Formats: sequence, C-alpha cells, structure tokens
Amino acid sequence: MLTKRIVPCLDIKNGRTVKGVNFVNLRDAGDPVDLAEIYSKNGADELVFLDISATEERRRTLVDLVKRVAQRINIPFTVGGGISSVSDVDRLLKSGADKVSINSSAVKRPELINELSAAFGAQCVVVAIDAKQIDGEWIVHLVGGKVPTELNLFDWAKEAQDRGAGEILFTSMNNDGTKDGFANEALARLSNNLHIPIIASGGAGTMQHFADTFIDGKADAALAASVFHFKEIEIADLKAELKKQGIAVRI
Amino acid sequence: MIVIVDYGAGNIQSVKFAFERLGVDAVLTSDVEVIKKADKVIFPGVGRAESAMVKLKATGLDKLIPALKQPVLGVCLGMQLMCKHTAEDNINGLDIFPLEVKEFPKTLKVPQIGWNQISELKTDLLKDVKEDSFVYFVHSFYVPDNSFSIASTNYGMKYSSAIKKDNFYATQFHPEKSGSIGEQILKNFLAI
Repeated sequence: MLTKRIVPCLDIKNGRTVKGVNFVNLRDAGDPVDLAEIYSKNGADELVFLDISATEERRRTLVDLVKRVAQRINIPFTVGGGISSVSDVDRLLKSGADKVSINSSAVKRPELINELSAAFGAQCVVVAIDAKQIDGEWIVHLVGGKVPTELNLFDWAKEAQDRGAGEILFTSMNNDGTKDGFANEALARLSNNLHIPIIASGGAGTMQHFADTFIDGKADAALAASVFHFKEIEIADLKAELKKQGIAVRI
Repeated sequence: MIVIVDYGAGNIQSVKFAFERLGVDAVLTSDVEVIKKADKVIFPGVGRAESAMVKLKATGLDKLIPALKQPVLGVCLGMQLMCKHTAEDNINGLDIFPLEVKEFPKTLKVPQIGWNQISELKTDLLKDVKEDSFVYFVHSFYVPDNSFSIASTNYGMKYSSAIKKDNFYATQFHPEKSGSIGEQILKNFLAI
C-alpha cells in the first residue's frame, strides 16, 4: 500500500540551515547535510531544501549543497528557491536532486511548468503555492506570502496540474506558524479537484494535526519544519501514532 | 567495471552516488565500446519516454542494449523502455520483454509518488529482502502483472514492480533512493 509521507523542510541560506535547530549529538546544527542524514535515519520519507538566500552566490552554493546531500543520503529530496529556468533545473537534477519546487517563477511565467515537465517529466516538478484566505476566498500570494496576486488557489492549482506539475505543495499562510493544525478544508478540496498528489504545509503543532491532515485533509504528504527541528515531535513517535490510527506509513 | 548508461535522461548522478556509498566507482558513459566491455550495466531513466528513445536511437544504444550478455539492471523509465511498447507517447521500446506498459487510471493519484511495498519476491536480485518491504516509487505508467515478474506491488491493482528475463533485470522503483532496502538490492545486483 502506498504510504503517507512525512517531509521535514530545511530552510537554507548561503549553504547553511537558518531556522534554529535543537539537536543534541550534532556537531554542526547549521550543516544541512548532517541534519538531512539524521532525518533520513530517523524515518523521514523525503526532504525539502528551500533556499532563501538572495545573493549572486546562490546558484553555486546550492548546486554544491545538492551534491553533498545526494552523496550522503539515500532517500529522495526536493530543492526549491529561485529556480526560474530549464537550465537551473538541469544543473540541480544533474547534481543529484530528485525534484525541484517552483513558486513565484511559475506564477510570473506559467509556461515554465510546461517547459520543465516536457524536459524532465512531471514527476520532478513540484509547484509550491502560498495562499491566504481573505473574506472566504483563497488568494495566492508571492514573496513568502507578502504579496497578493489575482489568482485563486484552486484555479491556479488546477492550471499547474494541467500544465504538467507532478505535485502541489500548498502552504496556508493563515495556518503557517500557528501550530494550530493544517488547512484541511482547503487541502481536501484540492485533493478532490486534482489527480496529482498534494503536500500539506503550514500549521503542524501536534501529532494529531498530521493524522487530521491525512484523514480530513486527504493530503498525500505532510511537510513541517520547526516541530521536527526543535524535537517537539520525533518522526518515529509520529509514525507509530499514525499507524495506531490506521494511517498507512512506512515504519 | 560497472557502467551506468548515460543517455542524457534525468537524474543519473544519484545512481552513481548510491554505488559510491557501496564503495564502487561506477562509470557514466554513452560509449558503445565501454558499455560492451562492462561487467555489469545499469540502464537508468527518469523523464519522458519519447525523448529518451530518440536519444537511444541517435547513439545506437537501442541496438546495443538488447544484445548485451552481461547482467543489466533497468530502473524506472529504464524498465519501461525495456518493454515492447509503452502508452507513454505511444512508442515502441527495446522489446527485451514482450510487455505492454500502461497508464495508471486518473481515478488514482497519478503519478504514484512515495513509498510502497514489494511482495512475491523472486531471484537473487531480491535475496535477503523481506516480503512487503518499502521502496520508493515515482511513476505514472506501469507494467501489468506478467510471467517475468519477480516483485509485485499494489496501487489500485496488483502490478509488476520488478521483472527478469535471462541476464536482464529491471525495477520500477528506485533502489538508489530506497534507503537500506535499496542498498541491499544494489548489492545483490553487484553479486550476480
């Protein structure tokens, strides 16, 4: 049976993890490769590296990081942040990344989804969408949720699928950082509307939130950062709890 | 020498890295003479069937691969291209296996992305791998259950997740991304 995926997300700046992490027995908590290895050993199903640096150096350091991660870990990983062309993606995949995630660049130029899907296949194109519910309507936002667009979440997600996206990574700006749970109503609607997998993001605080997003939100995967980085939730405990609730997980 | 066929399709670096973790330096090449002389050949693939077949034909690899006598391991799209015909882009493959590759119905989530189980395991390739082990899949097309099957998986239906004929082996899942189970499978292939 295909299992639900637990996906820790690492924010990267200039080749280093930025969000504070709280790992004992870790010499260098700022090294994304060391962290990736620990998550992989602890039962993460996949990893996401999101590059939030904005320097000219980014491309080189990101490619270097991807190579080092791919050498060390034997589970799949996605890379996102500042990717806007076929040649960007070619370089990252050739360095060992399995998938790339695109966000603002796809909103600005939706043809990018078609181009990447044709060149590399739908399976490595993740379209990340940040959206905020305003007066009952889910509006797509850019620049980490700061800038509203004219796009509606459900319309944009459908268009992304039709253009060749292999997965949707939906972050609810209303839920992100609240630790009050995922945006399950919107997630379930996405899951029902689309035939590609949906990754839930934003709001994870407790193990029950993960169970809820898989059952009520019909999500195929759940992404979280701080609950894992600060060891508020251990992946092994989380998976045991999900299994107890009848949710298919890889243990 | 272990050779990974490099025909410009997708992420083959991770296959090379997976062998490096096992202490084996695999060579990436599209050189027909080098591939002929290899002890073992990996035929990987991520991407689109049609563009992959165009590249194989342009380099003569479409003739070479079916004629190889040493152990060959196809992975993912590599497995699908080793079949007779694929529904993806409606093209003919290398016809090593007389099998049709079909598309998952859209009543399922397609692509299938994630960890699923392999069962009914056969042959040395899957030696010391427990029944119902989890491995990593990413695919929209599948090989229906057949007489060459050495592993099967359920996704909406039972289908064939690994096949074998003579010196040709192939897996639909990615051993190079399947944690310790995948490492065992790659080790098994090296020992064949």
